[in-house]
Amino acid sequence: MIVDSFKFLPRTFRPIYEGRGAFPGEEEPVWTPFAKRLAESRIALLTSAGMYLKQSQPSFDLEREQAHPEWGDPGWRAIPASATAADIGVAHLHINDEDLLADPEIALPAHLLSDLAGEGVIGGATANHLSVMGFQERNLHDWRDTTAPELIAHLRDQGADGLILAPA
Amino acid sequence: MPVLARWIEAAGIPTVTLTMMPSVAEERGAPRIVGVEFPFGHAFGMPHDRVMQRLTLELGLRALAGASKFGTRVDLDVAWPVPIREAYRAWQPKVASPIVRRMLEAQGKANS
Repeated sequence: MIVDSFKFLPRTFRPIYEGRGAFPGEEEPVWTPFAKRLAESRIALLTSAGMYLKQSQPSFDLEREQAHPEWGDPGWRAIPASATAADIGVAHLHINDEDLLADPEIALPAHLLSDLAGEGVIGGATANHLSVMGFQERNLHDWRDTTAPELIAHLRDQGADGLILAPA
Repeated sequence: MPVLARWIEAAGIPTVTLTMMPSVAEERGAPRIVGVEFPFGHAFGMPHDRVMQRLTLELGLRALAGASKFGTRVDLDVAWPVPIREAYRAWQPKVASPIVRRMLEAQGKANS
């Protein structure tokens, strides 16, 4: 079965995504071989659903996006693998957050990943997973210059052998 | 998001992008791709459906660890269990996003 990439997208949005090719300067392949066995590897997750910890982290900045509709908060949050639905808020103006709040595992399956670690399918999960807010200015300057280097440094600190990114 | 995957991959950390729009991830050059035919906001499946979420996560892990070359794409053969019209409405925010409101206002002006 081949997935229909536009099944759930309003028809008017399709040209925003389709047929635009590579991001400028990103035309060449990039590749890092996955060298280890999964059962010996530490895995991290990254969601773009705008998740944050309600008690200890600021929300992504939705007020500024309301005032400047083409801007999206380029920051990121570390979400502990042990965080529960009660801990997690969602700041994302482009999706309905009801299901995400009811069961954050649909975008960041941290507990399921820990279960797989317990079963030996993977070696382990990183202590923290990662959250960004996926709606970004088209030039992606802040993501490239600030957010991506910080995410990479955090993943290295956490000893991540591989990352699953899940756009919201 | 595929661009973010590329930057992280280039820094030496293997990535897989698990996405509702795998053809877009291919265009943007994500190194490894898993396609899911799920509504936005639901990359790993239905809320509280651990079987569906596990199928999805495990395919992501297999693609991450087992893809042999750049651009490898595998799609998950799981159908969304909600009728399309209902699912199409359900994922969208109750209030249109600021950028969509601006687009609609621009269309309204063009039509008036």
